[in-house]
Amino acid sequence: MLDLPFVLTWARMRWIWIDKFVEFESGRHAVAVKNVTLAEEHLHDHFPGFPIMPECLMIEAMAQTAGILVGEARGFREKVVLAKIGKAVFFDFVRPGDSLRIDAQIATISPEAASTSGKITRGDQLIAEIDLMFSHIDRNLAGKKFPDENFVFTGTFTSLLRDIALNHPRPAGQEMESG
Amino acid sequence: MDRDEIFQKVQAVLVDALGVDDDEVTSDATLMGDLGAESIDFLDIVFRLEKSFGIKVPREELFPAESLLNNAELVSNGKLTAQGLAELRQRVPHTDLSGFEKNPDISKLADLFTVNAIVTYIDGRLNAA
Repeated sequence: MLDLPFVLTWARMRWIWIDKFVEFESGRHAVAVKNVTLAEEHLHDHFPGFPIMPECLMIEAMAQTAGILVGEARGFREKVVLAKIGKAVFFDFVRPGDSLRIDAQIATISPEAASTSGKITRGDQLIAEIDLMFSHIDRNLAGKKFPDENFVFTGTFTSLLRDIALNHPRPAGQEMESG
Repeated sequence: MDRDEIFQKVQAVLVDALGVDDDEVTSDATLMGDLGAESIDFLDIVFRLEKSFGIKVPREELFPAESLLNNAELVSNGKLTAQGLAELRQRVPHTDLSGFEKNPDISKLADLFTVNAIVTYIDGRLNAA
């Protein structure tokens, strides 16, 4: 379970590409929602007259969802960095007005790294399957030194956890609701 | 499980982890030089081997030289330090390191990691005893 005061310790800005978490089971799985809007300027160019969400930004949405899941599993002590896209398969276009459900599972987690598997859905329809690996970078990369401060988990991403954290603590036995 | 079966499962793991074709994964192929593995791929391979064979695979056992690379005391500016070289000699006692010692650039360690080394390790784990 998430500790709200602990989570709110981070107060600096970071680029956020998902809207909120609707499920969060520590160390196991998380589900986030991303609502796509024509107010996103890149959709005007991608493509003129035919706005569709770039696939790389679906990977970004999965990376944020799975990355926060992996970070939380170690109490946000590790600097968690996307290290590898093992798989990214896309089944349909995503258009303005779509609401995406980004479902990430931790497949394996070790002191040095984690692998996740995930799928993106729109309603009942499968949009993408994306498997990622994250590195806990202080434990890798040939002795390179990084700043002591955790520059990965710094910002308002904690607000993404508002529904999860604010509902805490839950009555015993009550499952988290989705949506 | 005999060595051929182990090889086939290892081959499947490497095809998935590295995005290579199965005919590239020969017994004497080197992971970094021939198959293009980078450091994060070693962890990916470990994770996949654990799932595929249902055993715990400590990375420093499977890749005894590779784990040196993540130790700041043993690596400096992309080369093994004197301490790192001593550690390496201890971990791979049967490997001729005389050429490597002249220029202990860590990228040259690549040749120590082969498909066959993985198969031998798994074979030892499954069929020892």
